[in-house]
Amino acid sequence: MMTIRRYLAAALCVATVTLFPAITVAQRRSGPDPIGAAHRLAPTLTRPASAERAPDADGFIQRWLVLEPIRIQIRSNAQLNDSFVQKTVKAEYFNNQYAVIPRDRDKVTVNGIELMWHAIDTSTYHVNLYHFARALNKPAFNILFWAVTIVDCPEEIRDVRLAVGSNAASIWWVDGREVIGIYGDRHMVIDDGVSRRLSLKRGQNVVRCAVLNSPGVSDICARFLDAEHKPVKGFIVNLEDAAR
Amino acid sequence: MNFRYSAAVVLALVSAAFALDGQIGIHDPSTVMLCDGKYYTFGTGGSSLVSDDGWTWSRGVAPGRRGMAPDVIHIGDRYYMYVAANIGGQPKAAVNMISNRTLDPDSPEYKWEEGGVVASSDGIEDCNAIDPGVFLDPNDGRLWLVYGSYFGYIRLVELNPRTGKRLNPDDQPRDIAINCEASAIIYRDGWYYLLATHGSCCRGTDSGYNIRVGRSRKVTGPFLDNMGIDMIKGGGKLFLGSSGRVVGPGHFGLLDLEDGVQKFSCHYEADLDRGGASVLDIRPLLWKDGWPVAGENVREGTYEIESVRTGTALELAVEGVPVGGRLRMPGMPGGGSGIFGGTGGIIPPQDVTQVSQNWPAGNIDLRLSNYMLQAQQKWTIAPVADAGGYPGSPYFKITIAGTDRALAATDEAELVAVPAFTGAPEQLWRIEQLTDGAYRIMPKAVPNTREALAISAVGSSFATLARFDPGGDRQRWYLNTP
Repeated sequence: MMTIRRYLAAALCVATVTLFPAITVAQRRSGPDPIGAAHRLAPTLTRPASAERAPDADGFIQRWLVLEPIRIQIRSNAQLNDSFVQKTVKAEYFNNQYAVIPRDRDKVTVNGIELMWHAIDTSTYHVNLYHFARALNKPAFNILFWAVTIVDCPEEIRDVRLAVGSNAASIWWVDGREVIGIYGDRHMVIDDGVSRRLSLKRGQNVVRCAVLNSPGVSDICARFLDAEHKPVKGFIVNLEDAAR
Repeated sequence: MNFRYSAAVVLALVSAAFALDGQIGIHDPSTVMLCDGKYYTFGTGGSSLVSDDGWTWSRGVAPGRRGMAPDVIHIGDRYYMYVAANIGGQPKAAVNMISNRTLDPDSPEYKWEEGGVVASSDGIEDCNAIDPGVFLDPNDGRLWLVYGSYFGYIRLVELNPRTGKRLNPDDQPRDIAINCEASAIIYRDGWYYLLATHGSCCRGTDSGYNIRVGRSRKVTGPFLDNMGIDMIKGGGKLFLGSSGRVVGPGHFGLLDLEDGVQKFSCHYEADLDRGGASVLDIRPLLWKDGWPVAGENVREGTYEIESVRTGTALELAVEGVPVGGRLRMPGMPGGGSGIFGGTGGIIPPQDVTQVSQNWPAGNIDLRLSNYMLQAQQKWTIAPVADAGGYPGSPYFKITIAGTDRALAATDEAELVAVPAFTGAPEQLWRIEQLTDGAYRIMPKAVPNTREALAISAVGSSFATLARFDPGGDRQRWYLNTP
């Protein structure tokens, strides 16, 4: 299986470079704002063009702030067991990493390397982090992604669960509380990891995740489910408000 | 629970099924009835059994009329009992109806009223009018009575659902089966099923009693078995015969607990663990390809608990260790034969005492994961003495095999494994086989709520407690032998 994943990853590398050369060229030419000129970052990823974004018809959150990937020491996804993931994610990479609400294009320095936060919209139910990394000419394998989003609720929504999928392992927090850990050589399927019941308070609720991957595609998806397992859609995502 | 066998015998019967507890001696039990929170059944000779929970039974009070093989039905505000008696030498017999507002002898409303004869045989005709079975058709509300015992035919007459009496005494009874007894009709999905007992009774371990079934699109028959043989010509698909430690099942009675849980009652002519006595049992009723199938109550043993919803297994949220240890590549210390070469020897089952050393000492969360034969995925299900039960089974504790770490419900209606079993209600589990063969697993109690909840898969990798939905797979589980 690992071999297959490697082949798949290699094939996707070729496909991405082949199919989207204009994007990579555009972002290389764009200087300090590599994705500002053309809103499209990757086939499914664009910079937000509006102030707010509602979840999609199935409740998936489509707007995120994603930090450029952090390289980690990992040989294969077979290492992604509980203890490795917990230890790796919970090392300190940047200040206030469990609480920070970054602005688009904020920068942090990790192990002497400057990394930028990017506000992105995804056109699908999931965020393709492999596309994200490749489009920015960043490493796509053996990496740790951090992603944050702000769920803004007009009223308190009780008795819901965060439901996520990721490739590969990931840990998730809601308002600073760790609510999900899914481990192993994980492939992204919707509602793979599900939290215990929680409440979304009126106003802003911070959803944060850290995703580890060795070779292969990396992506995430997230939504909230109500007590009847139906998607929660009564909120908006507004990263501009969060940044202010 | 008063197990009558020694601990040594219990150990020898690791996967033994559990018969009911308490005083369960009875012959020809009626359909089990629920009345004001108690279960009742009535047998031949005025015998009766009563239970608070359907698991532990004690002797009850004789009904207003003693006789043979009564059956009972609850319609409106009355319980109608049909009970037969010989009125001369067999097969001269009659079925009488008596009724009562309650089955609870302590109730001020408890009073049996005579309703008269609803069916009879004159001693010459081809019928022996005993062993009544009463059936209320859910489609049209018509009430029917089947009766008969070996001498000739099983017969069907229509009753008045408002009075319990014969609708029209002049109507000729219909012959629907032959050479059997203890018949009962049930309905499901467009089919009427006639269950009747074949073979000989009343010979202890030499009793050939077995329950057979045929089905028809009409309540009046013909009832054909799986080979198309009419029960009036002796047909009948085997539903339940002797097995394990019990001989001669007979006298089927449906106990519908709703929400997709059906059970049936019967008696065994001889329970080997009770000296060959005739005893009551309650077992799951399953359905397969349009036929009823006798399920078995959960047996003590070690299982993988697999979600029907996800195909993943309930496990402690701890880091698993591959069975046999992590793969050693050539050149590594103690190096192996590569990815596909194996170890060259037999890999033993995982030793929980070794792999559990890194598990947290306190409570551990639960989750679902691919079943990988690992220790945190193997659960021992064992009955708990003196903790009560539910129709057919005692409450169980569910612990990680080889440990005392016990599955429990939390006060937030979630699941957790506590370090040791204490017998608290939230650590006792009701495990019932559903009509499709999967299981529903419910805690006896959940702190802070009186709502009945069941273990439920949420997403692919998480389990919680939720209301049981009989129409879905979230609360359905397979118990697989590891």
